Amino acid sequence: MMRTLLSAVALLASSLAIAAGPSIPLDKAPVDLRDQASLQNGAKLFQNYCLGCHQMQYQRYSRTFKDLGIPEDLGMEHLMFTGEKLGDHITNSMPADYAQTSFGVLPPDLTNVARVRGADWVYTYLRTFYVDESRPFGVNNKVFPLVGMPHVLQELQGVPYRAYETRLVDGQPTEVYVGIRTDGSGELSTEEYDRAVGDLVNYLVYSGEPSKLESHALGIKVMIFLLIFFVLAYFLKKEYWKDVE
Amino acid sequence: MFKNMMSWIEYRLPFMDKMNLHVVQYPAPKNFNFWYFFGSLAILVLVNQILTGVWLTMNYVPSAEGAFASVEYIMRDVEYGWLLRYMHSTGASAFFVVVYLHMLRGMMYGSYQKPRELLWIFGMLIFLVLMAEAFMGYMLPWGQMSYWGAQVIISIFGVIPFVGDDLTLWIRGDYVISGATLNRFFALHVIALPLVLVILVFLHIMALHEVGSNNPDGIDIKRDNDGSVEQTAADKKFTFHQYFTRGGKKIIVDAIPFHPYYTVKDLVGVAGFLLIFAFVIFFAPEGGGYFLEKPNFEVANPMKTPDHIAPVWYFTPFYAILRAIPDPLLGAVAMFAAIIALALLPWIDRGTVRSVRYRCELHRWNLVVFCISFVALGVLGVLPATPTYTLFSQFFSFTYFAFFGLLWLYSKNEKTKPLPVRLT
Repeated sequence: MMRTLLSAVALLASSLAIAAGPSIPLDKAPVDLRDQASLQNGAKLFQNYCLGCHQMQYQRYSRTFKDLGIPEDLGMEHLMFTGEKLGDHITNSMPADYAQTSFGVLPPDLTNVARVRGADWVYTYLRTFYVDESRPFGVNNKVFPLVGMPHVLQELQGVPYRAYETRLVDGQPTEVYVGIRTDGSGELSTEEYDRAVGDLVNYLVYSGEPSKLESHALGIKVMIFLLIFFVLAYFLKKEYWKDVE
Repeated sequence: MFKNMMSWIEYRLPFMDKMNLHVVQYPAPKNFNFWYFFGSLAILVLVNQILTGVWLTMNYVPSAEGAFASVEYIMRDVEYGWLLRYMHSTGASAFFVVVYLHMLRGMMYGSYQKPRELLWIFGMLIFLVLMAEAFMGYMLPWGQMSYWGAQVIISIFGVIPFVGDDLTLWIRGDYVISGATLNRFFALHVIALPLVLVILVFLHIMALHEVGSNNPDGIDIKRDNDGSVEQTAADKKFTFHQYFTRGGKKIIVDAIPFHPYYTVKDLVGVAGFLLIFAFVIFFAPEGGGYFLEKPNFEVANPMKTPDHIAPVWYFTPFYAILRAIPDPLLGAVAMFAAIIALALLPWIDRGTVRSVRYRCELHRWNLVVFCISFVALGVLGVLPATPTYTLFSQFFSFTYFAFFGLLWLYSKNEKTKPLPVRLT
């Protein structure tokens, strides 16, 4: 019994060291829901690069325009392509069986993707595609190995590849992965690309929880009210309990 | 005119008399501490769940095709729908926080001991129904964890010999979890179980008021009127309902009327609780992924198993016990035994001194180890079942049950400290 106990304690201590985590460290996504310019750019990128295959089927155009400060006429002109109505959900018309055969899997709905995967995951994922000729679309991904998605942002980023440097590890020259580089053929520089992906992720964080800013604003008022209520309740109690002592 | 009307009603339904009996002239020990907030808080959360639940039902669609989308509709298109939903989902977790602390209070001060056994049993029934209610409610958003968590929990019933498979089929109403399961869970979640819950809470309070509230000292406030204890001037200051003095056979010491003293005190507890509750609702409704699990923001997909299925945090202590035992049947038995053991506490504990304050040192430490075991099992139930973690689960399952075994042994001839004559 005592031996089991001791070994259990020893194992508890040792197992704390092997906590599970993602396969590669995730980069911090620059999320700022108050930055409407960023959100608008994110929405534009989403409409142009994502919506072809992925839907945002729980979010309506009208809501997005209202929250992002996009005038309805401008939104309809620049962000709605196939004659939808303002109150429509942000969907595409790709048939499910076509998507299934093209990609081997149905492209997931992206309304809540930042809540399911986390903003940092999406931010890192979109910046770690790399050329891999063994894959059907010629690209693979560091965060999501063997992913069935083509690198749709390639025209922005350029052709990405894994960069290695020769470094001394234990005295031996070893090839060490140092990150993703591109051939420079993209429309954007690395910094601009990171910012664009950041905007897109910002928008996806917004779409996962459009009520978040409203929630924070109301939350502060409620907390202040409750704080006052707490103080009043405390003194009320003290007053009544004078009889008891 | 008003007075006449009141007496007309009072004659036919003694409302004021009942209010006096249960609220205004109900004698409550004057030494309730922090731990006595959680009873009233449990009622507050129950009311919160019922009210927000009613409004959520107005827009929720109980079907496999429509459920997930309707929850997103509530979150996006219904005015303050997000608030209703977060109040309800946070309320579910808050309910268990409050109930677990309420149960711990009962264990610390021996509130389950004679004559409060039935009161404790009603409490345990509330706990059981609450678990069923929470489980069925968690399925309704029809996300990935709704689906796969339910799959895991329903399959527990499948280990019962002979009838297991038929039983799971009967629970699901289908060969797999489907819209049929969702619909019946919806019916049970919004009508059947809340009804049972409210009735049980009523019985719990009635049983409490019959035997009277325990207190941190674990000694009675109703004493025999035989001159052994004298009422002080403070005791004579308050009027209590004559029902509690049993026609002069009892005297009441160190008590205060529930209203206004504990209503104003509970108000402070309510305000403190709401501060934390509101903070979670408005600023961290996902509760770090424990109140709303991440995979549940994705619609249920029977073809895609999540990497790691963990029940919601409030089930994980019992889930860890289930997984600790390699044999599925024995594991399920152990899990139910863990709950039954709690229900049997009034008979496992053979002591007569109630409060941990006056019981033996061993009891104090036994209770501490029990709490550690419960929390550790809760943590382990969230983690994947690696061999190491399973070993820990086995260890803490053992210490969980050892609490009851030890208690039964030492409580028979326990060396207790002398009890005070009056409340401290």
